[in-house]
Amino acid sequence: MQGKKNEKEVPGKEVDIKSYKSGAEEKPYMEDLRKISPDQRKNMLSSGVDPSQRGRSGTYIQMDHSVVHSKSLYPGLEVMSITEARKKHKWVDNYFWKILSVDADEFTKQAELQPHQGYFLRAEPGVKAIYPLQACLFINENNIIQNVHNIIIVEEGADVQIITGCATASDVKRGLHIGVSEFFVKKGAKLTFTMIHDWAEDVSVRPRTAALVEEGGTFLSNYICLKPVKNLQMYPKAELVGRGAMARYNSILFAHPGAHLDVGSRVILKSEDSRAEIISRVISGGGDIIARGHLKGEARRIKAHLECRGLMMREEGLIHAIPELEGSIKDIDLSHEAAVGKIAKDEIEYLMARGLSQSEAQVAIVRGFLDTTIMGLPSELQKVVDDAISACEQEAF
Amino acid sequence: MLRIENLTVSVSGKEVLTDINLEIKKGERLAVLGPNGSGKTSLLMAVMGFSGYKITRGNIIFKGKQINGLSIDERARLGMGIILQRPPTIRGIRLRQIVDIIKHNDFDTDKEAEGFNLKGFLDRDVNLGFSGGEIKRSELFQLLASSPELSFFDEPESGVDLENIILVGKVMNQILNKNKDNAALIITHTGYIFKYVKADKGCVLLDGKILCFGDPERILEEVTKYGYEGCVTCRGKKMKRKSRVKK
Ligand SMILES: Nc1ncnc2c1ncn2[C@@H]1O[C@H](COP(=O)(O)OP(=O)(O)OP(=O)(O)O)[C@@H](O)[C@H]1O
Ligand SMILES: [Mg+2]
Repeated sequence: MQGKKNEKEVPGKEVDIKSYKSGAEEKPYMEDLRKISPDQRKNMLSSGVDPSQRGRSGTYIQMDHSVVHSKSLYPGLEVMSITEARKKHKWVDNYFWKILSVDADEFTKQAELQPHQGYFLRAEPGVKAIYPLQACLFINENNIIQNVHNIIIVEEGADVQIITGCATASDVKRGLHIGVSEFFVKKGAKLTFTMIHDWAEDVSVRPRTAALVEEGGTFLSNYICLKPVKNLQMYPKAELVGRGAMARYNSILFAHPGAHLDVGSRVILKSEDSRAEIISRVISGGGDIIARGHLKGEARRIKAHLECRGLMMREEGLIHAIPELEGSIKDIDLSHEAAVGKIAKDEIEYLMARGLSQSEAQVAIVRGFLDTTIMGLPSELQKVVDDAISACEQEAF
Repeated sequence: MLRIENLTVSVSGKEVLTDINLEIKKGERLAVLGPNGSGKTSLLMAVMGFSGYKITRGNIIFKGKQINGLSIDERARLGMGIILQRPPTIRGIRLRQIVDIIKHNDFDTDKEAEGFNLKGFLDRDVNLGFSGGEIKRSELFQLLASSPELSFFDEPESGVDLENIILVGKVMNQILNKNKDNAALIITHTGYIFKYVKADKGCVLLDGKILCFGDPERILEEVTKYGYEGCVTCRGKKMKRKSRVKK
């Protein structure tokens, strides 16, 4: 893990798929989510998934390889396992591997060869749900591999929020999660997708994600990974294929000692007047972070901005920001801003002059640095994130 | 309230203050005048305890206690407060958050902000994109919220338009009048602020040294007439005599 930099950049290099158990015990379906154990509930809650379903439009919960709950509570929203969806709608197959390539790497191949479910979430045309849908991918057994394939479709003019929490049971130490996700945001639709990762120290994670956004569609993707994880590599991509489409990726990451996070976001602006924003705030508390970003402008009057700020809290660890801009036509506006440093002393001292102790000042600055207000999270989710941030602060100082 | 004895300070190895002696009594307001680069800001920063302002000699005594070794926040909690000439921008921290932490119970943040023309600034990142005058108002607003016993005002009126100077003066008085013992050190170039906030005595700082003490308005008059060069030749003789008589 502590190898040379260029070695690290080979995605998935350190994961030996064969070293994980491919089978897992079958978990029974739970109509009544009150049957979820207190430990599982606690871990789900800290990834933003609330088994009580308060303020939710529907819930999908998968434990290991079993779908333990899937139900929509709102007309016009579909929530089911991917297997069920393929049975119900013949056309779902058309969305499979539509914007991701099955032979992209060993992980996409693995997801196809040995699928363990995944969720299908869909908002019918024009449906606007106030409360978010939630989906949980939970690892309950130690040392297993979990391969899921998710399809998310927001039909024309619909507007939906989705919270996805990935978590493990408290006694899970090691595991591998491969998550293939394909998002389709149709004409004039809007999707706000928030994913919270709450893995364990020795879990490796390989999400493989792409989104297709049509004319006037909006795709807002928030990613939060503040808890320990061994090794995470992902580089989700959104393609804006309709006029005026828009995508925004917000990520906040914290690398604990020994962690290796290689996380980026990429937007290909293929249509006139499309817009994109990639914003990341990353903190190394001793671990390594490679923060990537790539904006590619291929159409007139597009506008996109990439912003990456990194904070080094310790002598150990690494932050490597790699922003890329690519324009192949004039009349485009691409920009980026990147900064990596420690907490500025003059900022700490400014707050100290107001009477805050040094550690209070540091906590306030870190909290400000990980500002999540732009994510537009529902208030109880905001609380989950704030708690995760507080836990990091304990770790950081 | 504050006594500074033989204070010598260096910044990045360069001596910026030499053998400073001054005293601010309870309820007293001292104005410090001096040209650009003479060490005025350095004096405040050193007394407040900012790193980078290294005390190589001398003592700072606040409320009878030697505070040379105290951290900035300890000094703030003892009752010192400052408005900075060039405060940093802190992303993600709103002005309101700072005020909420430092304010006294009876301070109504929204209401006070209204009176400061700062209402719209409460929920902005502190100092991010604030104009010169807005920074001053925000700094004063924070000082008012914490209401220190000894206030350091670093050029409170610079960059502030004529209308807002009245406001600045009003707030400074509000801070100082909260308690009759409240004291201040005011740095000014123009002295405009004297129209609203009376200083009891003044001194000239030149090249890191205090040249003279005296009546602040008198000093300002002399400086306007003869420049700070005049101070060098005068060597504070007249002024010193005068201030001695006063004492
Ligand atoms: N960090 C620093 N590194 C090097 N020199 C410094 C530093 N800070 C201050 N100085 C120098 O110390 C001297 C005094 O600066 P100071 O800011 O105290 O002056 P001032 O009297 O407040 O000036 P002004 O009226 O322009 O605000 C100046 O020559 C300045 O360049
Ligand atoms: Mg100055």
